Amino acid sequence: MGLSETDVLDVERIRADFPILEREFDGEQLAYLDNSATSQTPEPVVEAIAHYYRHTNANVHRGLHQLSQEASIAYENAHDRVAEFIGADGREEVVFTKNTTESLNTIAYAWGLAELGPGDEVVMTEMEHHAALVTWQQIAKKTGATVKYIRVDEDGYLDMDHARELVTDDTEMVSVVHVSNTLGTVNPVSDLADLAHDHDALCFVDGAQSVPHMPVDVGEMDADFFAFSGHKMCGPTGIGVLYGKEHLLEEMQPYLYGGMMISKVTFEDSTWHELPWKFEAGTPVICQGIALAEACDYLDDIGMERVDRHGRSLAEYAYDRLSEFDDIDILGPPGDDRGALVSFNLGDVHAHDTSEILNDFAVAIRAGDHCTQPLHDKLGVPASARASFYIYNTREEVDKLVRAVDATRELFA
Amino acid sequence: MGIGGSDMYRQQILDHYKNPRNYGEIEDATFTHTGENPMCGDTIEMDVVLSEDEETIEHVAFRGDGCAISQASASMLSERLQGMAVEDLRTMDRDDVIDMLGVDISPMRVKCAVLAEKVAQDGTDIYFGELDVEKTTTEDDD
Ligand SMILES: Cc1ncc(COP(=O)(O)O)c(C=O)c1O
Repeated sequence: MGLSETDVLDVERIRADFPILEREFDGEQLAYLDNSATSQTPEPVVEAIAHYYRHTNANVHRGLHQLSQEASIAYENAHDRVAEFIGADGREEVVFTKNTTESLNTIAYAWGLAELGPGDEVVMTEMEHHAALVTWQQIAKKTGATVKYIRVDEDGYLDMDHARELVTDDTEMVSVVHVSNTLGTVNPVSDLADLAHDHDALCFVDGAQSVPHMPVDVGEMDADFFAFSGHKMCGPTGIGVLYGKEHLLEEMQPYLYGGMMISKVTFEDSTWHELPWKFEAGTPVICQGIALAEACDYLDDIGMERVDRHGRSLAEYAYDRLSEFDDIDILGPPGDDRGALVSFNLGDVHAHDTSEILNDFAVAIRAGDHCTQPLHDKLGVPASARASFYIYNTREEVDKLVRAVDATRELFA
Repeated sequence: MGIGGSDMYRQQILDHYKNPRNYGEIEDATFTHTGENPMCGDTIEMDVVLSEDEETIEHVAFRGDGCAISQASASMLSERLQGMAVEDLRTMDRDDVIDMLGVDISPMRVKCAVLAEKVAQDGTDIYFGELDVEKTTTEDDD
């Protein structure tokens, strides 16, 4: 791709793939700025889903008939495609799940319950999403392990000195979010993986907000486990990915049992199928997996470098425009050093009120704790309003956001 | 305002939010009760003074924090409760609250709207020994 990678996105062309963006509410055109929650789905992915059900639908693995073979091959190849997208070594390292949350729970149950015990420690960050935070917190309760949290400093960065203090030889797992869905902070995950490995601990990286937005290479990062969701990256809901280093997945026992994941079953015992199928019990997410592979194609056709640059530039623009107002408090790092989102509070106005007024302008944002309640408690706010951007968003939409925030201010003045 | 889809933020709501009535404390309240709406982080603490025969509400004061709907609702309710029969408070329901607010409340915000009413009702029930909770939450009921 070379030089063309430095080009900007052809947003007009991209928008044509997302008819939902043309929706109007009371004559106002939708400005969809809730992409951290879920992204919209482009036509080629919708087509792939329709095509699958119109032409290829069959159950996988078992069937000897032509349709089942076609579905099986497409489903298995989807694992290869996703592996390539994130720099994994192959399908053995890519398990399809329901979402990021299930990917985290898979490791928490399959690895955590077996390996953790009293005296062991799981180190997370204060900006962890509930998907990781609640999961490890509860697994720790079950096993007698302890959870610790790397401090987030005033600018929304991880306190790496604190990280080096917390990660010790008692640490078994370092579970960190790659890009914070609340602060927008991009964390130094490969440093954290190194730190974990220095103490013979494993590192789980939550990539729910990174894979959709930036080039990711799990090998280079050296994460042991990595998770993300299809629905935040132009794919459908109902599909997530769990990446794991092959030798680790090989050693682990599955935690969901049933059909498809077995090799030989007798009345007395069972043996497991090869990777990754060992971790995909029952009829898997066939159509969703195939559609996710299509989403990877779609994003790669645009170029992940470009996707990244576009998202960051919109976030910076929004940051700068919102910073013009003294009464707006923006959470997280500076505008030129964040992922594609900006969370803020307008004076004392509750974020739910802000969001409701913005809705009158057909500006769709999220308001709440964004599944990071402890982080909001630490910041001393009950909630925040979050605008998050993707490939089809424009500066004009950011301008509209700012106008709507202005109107909110006037109303509440 | 832009296109006025939702009219939740009519002048009356905003007025009560910005200038809450009966905001503060009552020292010799008959009872005090608190509640919260964990989803939003809205909180309401309410002091209630009953008449000697304990059949009528004489005074109400509240303190709180949260979204405009929850706080305006508490303010309006505090006025409404003044002089109300305890029995009438007990039979209030969410439709009465929404009527009182005089605007359409979107489904996601009903919890915010009814928080103050729930606090007043639960506080009453606790006082009369019919309920045993420390705090009201609008988590799993509306
Ligand atoms: C950082 C982060 N982790 C985990 C999740 C959970 O994703 P899902 O709900 O798809 O499991 C999200 C999305 O909300 C997220 O932003």
